[in-house]
Amino acid sequence: MKNIFSSHTQEPLLVIEAGRTEKNYWADLWRYRELFLVLAWRDLSVRYKQTVVGILWAIIRPLLTMVVFTVIFSRIAKLPSDGSTPYALMVFAAMLPWSLFSNALTDASNSMISNANLIGKVYFPRMIIPSATLVTAFIDFLISFIILIGMMVYYRFVPGWQILLLPCFILLALLASWGPGLWITALNVKYRDFRYVIPFVVQFGLYISPVGFSSKVVPEQWRFLYSVNPLVGVIDGFRWCILGGTSPIYMPGFLLSLAIIVFFLWLGVSRFRKMERTFADLI
Amino acid sequence: MSDTVIKAENLGKIYTIGHQGENGPYVALRDVVMKNARSFWRKTKDLAKGRPIIQGDTMEEVWALKDVNFEIQRGEIVGIVGNNGAGKSTLLKILSRITEPSTGRVTIRGRVANLLEVGTGFHPELSGRENIYLNGTILGMSRVEVKRKFDEIVAFAETEKYLDTPVKRYSSGMYVRLAFAVAAHLEPEILVVDEVLSVGDIQFQQKCLGKMESVGKDGRTVLFVSHNLTAVSQLCTRGLVLEKGEMTFDGESTRAIHYYTDAVISSPKQEVKATVADADSVRFLSARILDTSGAALTSVGIHRPFFIETKFQVPDHVHGTLVPNCHFKTADGLYAFIVNAPDMRPFEPGIYTALCKVPGNFFNDGMYKVGLAVTEYEKTSLKVHFFAEDYLTVTVTESAFDNPLRYGYRGPIPGVLRPSLEWTVEKTDKA
Repeated sequence: MKNIFSSHTQEPLLVIEAGRTEKNYWADLWRYRELFLVLAWRDLSVRYKQTVVGILWAIIRPLLTMVVFTVIFSRIAKLPSDGSTPYALMVFAAMLPWSLFSNALTDASNSMISNANLIGKVYFPRMIIPSATLVTAFIDFLISFIILIGMMVYYRFVPGWQILLLPCFILLALLASWGPGLWITALNVKYRDFRYVIPFVVQFGLYISPVGFSSKVVPEQWRFLYSVNPLVGVIDGFRWCILGGTSPIYMPGFLLSLAIIVFFLWLGVSRFRKMERTFADLI
Repeated sequence: MSDTVIKAENLGKIYTIGHQGENGPYVALRDVVMKNARSFWRKTKDLAKGRPIIQGDTMEEVWALKDVNFEIQRGEIVGIVGNNGAGKSTLLKILSRITEPSTGRVTIRGRVANLLEVGTGFHPELSGRENIYLNGTILGMSRVEVKRKFDEIVAFAETEKYLDTPVKRYSSGMYVRLAFAVAAHLEPEILVVDEVLSVGDIQFQQKCLGKMESVGKDGRTVLFVSHNLTAVSQLCTRGLVLEKGEMTFDGESTRAIHYYTDAVISSPKQEVKATVADADSVRFLSARILDTSGAALTSVGIHRPFFIETKFQVPDHVHGTLVPNCHFKTADGLYAFIVNAPDMRPFEPGIYTALCKVPGNFFNDGMYKVGLAVTEYEKTSLKVHFFAEDYLTVTVTESAFDNPLRYGYRGPIPGVLRPSLEWTVEKTDKA
């Protein structure tokens, strides 16, 4: 058969077929980067419209949680801090990655449903939607970070050279949220039960992750197993960066957490890619 | 050289629909438990295999689109017509990559922008300005592109004053204008449009039609789905007719509309109502629409007269005055008027044929429904012998190019009728 598309080769040629895996999906994702930014900006600007204290919510929430955790775990349960680090500071150093993770997961899992009208009406790589919610969570993270700096000034705490590695761990926290986020998002489109699972996972996770206490509290023989929770590695990393030598990283556990993060990343991306073709029919 | 921009081969889309089984008058708890257990088991299997879960007990597969083949050349403006559920929207969704086909393939050359609704992604809390950027990006424009066209978009929408007001405070007219303005400034090689012209007031609709026409003139390709047959016949050069997921006609747009009105719209006949007992009443036999040469038709040019023919049988025992009459309604059900035949007493028993002539230059363009009745008048009361409501459908068509009274204007003209009346216009130099 002669090729009817021989002329005008500069125009993009697109073939739509059942079950066809998109060859240039990642290139497409790059092409739609402006949509990613615009959606992230929309989520951000809508978020605090019609709220009284606006952006202050990003400060109030983690601050209050930190106070409650410090009182319960330090004063009532009498758990030890890492070395001489003030307990409140230790809790807050873990609150940062934890709220980044939980906000990202919650927002991402609802993002598809709340953007259902877009999915039914226009094409774009669907991965943009859950990924754009990461930006909102990240901005909240940055705001909370200002509180951390304030607390460090208050406690006259000077971080060590490790703080320079913090960006790597922030990236790790983002990746740790992105993988499960994509997976849950895809499942949530198909099976709406997952909407009820998320708040539960987030609430539960807060207590099984070392947010209110140091992971050194966990008995030595369990520490490796404890690191199956990928957040353990991320949180330990954050504490190490911010608090320095008093919170050393437990290496085997950290590597296990890292492997789990990579696994979830693979699972999330591959599940999402598999299901996204049918999103418009399901939503 | 062929210049095909869209080529669809054996395109098909299947949906699986679940039905809830009928419950008998008595529901036994045992049955309910069994049924739920069975459907829970099925859902678990689906979940394990990663298939979508379908509610209901029995499943049915429905072909929303089946074996559709066509090629579209560069610069063509193609109208797609069909009843609700004929597969038009599914076709557009496949072409714009929102959903993927179950069978077959489509090859598309060029950038596709689709307009399946106006204001996709508009956020009520955001201002007009912010929404222009948001919507523009969603529709596939770059930020630089939106910035460049920003003033043009605002001018087209006529909402300069309210740019910084959240769109939730907009009137619905303003909202639609702004949304369409953004869409109208897309510059794709292929534009896919679904029914967006059914929104907004008449003036704005005209503006939109004009914009779409100019898109076509620029050598870009437009696919247009609409129930507005007039718009299709005016804008499009070619028409596709879809019936129950299959493409039954592909050809020149006015011929496609004739085919559609003949084969699809006029096929289901309404039942005939009567208020008089059967044995004594005039019986309705048949009705048709005829042109001046006596040939049956379903669509007619706006300048041409046509006849409505009604056949009926008159029994004995009719005492009053029998009057055939025709009831005209617009496509959206507005009662336009009723016309009575002149008095023809006495009506002998037998079969009669009534002909009602509708002059040319009388109706507006569009679709009309015609009801037929015979009424018996006696003193001050009346009896309806039969009433075949909305029995016939006639489409009045107009080619916007050869009507001198349009003075070159090609958009829609509102109104039920568009009669040709006598005018005198002269210079009198007196107030």
